[in-house]
Amino acid sequence: MDALIPQLLNGSAQGALLLLAALGLSLTFGQMGVINMAHGEFLMLGAFTAYLVQQVIAASDLSIPVALPVAFVVAGLFGLVLEVTIIRWMYRRPLDTLLVTVGVSLILQQAALQIFPSQGVPVEKPSWLDGQLNVLGYNWPLRQLFTIVLAAVCVAGLSAWLKYTSFGRRIRATVHNRDLAETTGISTRTIDRLTFFVGSGLAGVAGVAASLIGGTNSQMGAQYIIPAFLVVAAGGIGQLKGTIIAAWVVGVALSCFAYWTTGSLAQVLAFILVIVFLQLRPQGLFTVRTRSLA
Amino acid sequence: MSTTPSKRRRALAAVGAIGTTMALLLAGCGARASDDTAQAGSSAAASCVDTSGSTIKLGFLNSLTGGMAISEKTVSNVLHMAADEINASGGILGKKIQYVQEDGATDWPTFAEKTDKLLTQDCVAAIFGGWTSSSRKAVKPVVEKRNGLFFYPVQYEGLESSPNIYYTGATTNQQIIPAMDFLAAKGVKTLFLAGSDYVFPRTANAIIKLYAAKLGIKIVGEEYVPLDKDDWTSQVAKIAAAKPDFIFNTINGSSNVGFIKAYYDAGLTPAKTPIISVSIAEEEAPAMGHAVTGNYASWNYFQSLKTDTNPKFIQSWKAYPNSSGVTSDPMEAAYISLYLYKELVEAAGSFDVNAVNAAAKSKTITFDAPEGKVTLDGKNHHISKPGHIGQINANNQFDIVWASDKFIEPDPYLEGYDWFPAAIRKQLVGAAG
Repeated sequence: MDALIPQLLNGSAQGALLLLAALGLSLTFGQMGVINMAHGEFLMLGAFTAYLVQQVIAASDLSIPVALPVAFVVAGLFGLVLEVTIIRWMYRRPLDTLLVTVGVSLILQQAALQIFPSQGVPVEKPSWLDGQLNVLGYNWPLRQLFTIVLAAVCVAGLSAWLKYTSFGRRIRATVHNRDLAETTGISTRTIDRLTFFVGSGLAGVAGVAASLIGGTNSQMGAQYIIPAFLVVAAGGIGQLKGTIIAAWVVGVALSCFAYWTTGSLAQVLAFILVIVFLQLRPQGLFTVRTRSLA
Repeated sequence: MSTTPSKRRRALAAVGAIGTTMALLLAGCGARASDDTAQAGSSAAASCVDTSGSTIKLGFLNSLTGGMAISEKTVSNVLHMAADEINASGGILGKKIQYVQEDGATDWPTFAEKTDKLLTQDCVAAIFGGWTSSSRKAVKPVVEKRNGLFFYPVQYEGLESSPNIYYTGATTNQQIIPAMDFLAAKGVKTLFLAGSDYVFPRTANAIIKLYAAKLGIKIVGEEYVPLDKDDWTSQVAKIAAAKPDFIFNTINGSSNVGFIKAYYDAGLTPAKTPIISVSIAEEEAPAMGHAVTGNYASWNYFQSLKTDTNPKFIQSWKAYPNSSGVTSDPMEAAYISLYLYKELVEAAGSFDVNAVNAAAKSKTITFDAPEGKVTLDGKNHHISKPGHIGQINANNQFDIVWASDKFIEPDPYLEGYDWFPAAIRKQLVGAAG
């Protein structure tokens, strides 16, 4: 029992980070059908933004909270530029978006390598995240709790935005039936751009969280992109609640497998779990009932 | 160090190498060497190295793109600096170095292809570079087939020696074993092993476990995480529960940052549970995002070493364009490699590979390196090195807290250690491929 609690807690935090990385994808991939392989690099942009903010505001107590919205805007703007210049020509051609965005991700990685020290840059965690919370005898690092809170805030914000704002309603209308939405006067072009901005911005926020967990360097995006896609696919495309559950299950599975076996085997086992699940239920946990004829 | 190559990748490397070879055979080679009097030892075609002019071509093969560019760009820069220095002081055998820089692109088949290109198309006299063991193992069959020379500058897992490779980084008995001697001297009773999941940490830990048994140190746990995963939280929770006296860290690359962050997040401190690392040096220490003051590292060279030649090395590097401002062990080993080649060629009086190898065996080749005067072992192609343990201070420099009583002779197969059984040696050599 005392072994289970640390794994549940750490697994939840791991799942929260996966969720942050997958949230933006569930928008751009789920709602728009764009396979954006550069999503991991938008995450990297967020992490480098955290570093740059820390150069301006030296006190890390303040710089991380400031970095979160800044990273959202920076990564979002990069996403917007990508959408306006490249992605817009490729809607309904998901394989082409995959190829093009792999190229974009390589360009962004190499640019980061040219601009920043090749060893990576240090991002310091705020001192209010020092220390641990004692949960039933386990000293749980506060930073883990922070990741979970951050993910919860992002999810709540995103779902409220989708549900209660007129933009959100228009996005959902576009997902359900693009042609019909257009005939009712919704500018689907504007909707696409905005969705891409928000989706990429969320990757930036995930990047700030990731910079507190691992290294901030040109290669960091690569380790999140595949798990994030798997989580979105397992959760069911276009479904927020599916993504949340899938991220949590994968996170806890990774953590428990890592405890019972080894860190390497855990990665294998967790993804076998997802793949077997997708074999049994290819549409994922939940599906959107669309009204389109296609 | 290395990332384990998959069989498929190795197969691809072979196919790539064969493809390039065929093309090159058809195209033919450039001018023949004027001094290739000695017969090539292998079935390789005659060397096409041109030694008639006032320059000599050397190849630098480093990953300038991809994941390993993080480490290999610096090695490439140091090689350029060493070449400039040698050229300023008259070159090698009176010939100025003209280097050909190639990008290995963090891709092991590319390393094999570029090696072949450098040897047969550019006709370089020797190649310098590589970092991961996988890159070295991709280069090895090509330089052996072509009877070329490759100088490898990084500490690694040992259990290898090739007539066509010179190793200027530490083998295990010059880095891992000194670290264990230091721990034993400190009275450490329990040790936890944390490593990245590839050939170097696995081999190093196999050796550590054998030696620990002899020293009476108990291994209380062993954890691996893939090289490309940064999150160590779950594994550090296990370390915190095991409460070891010391952590032996063989993690490499960016994953180290994740390990250090998880270590401090879990409330572990150098005062109670110190870490000894074999891949955190002066360049890495400030990039951890948390002060690592008080933890230890085992290397042969530290910037803080007081030797006659070290101040000049540090000064030249600081003044060099694109310099990172600090010197570290792998950089110094790369610096040695070019100078060692110069010494070898001048002792042989020729750029010919067989003549160079013969000089390595028959003459005593030394170099006044920043780490001290190193001597080449002509039989196994490694160099003698001093063992040092440094403790990280507030400036991310290392205070030397332990040194081996003399330079340690290289013993890549650990044949001089009675606690290392022949059966395990055979098994590890087989596993390392």
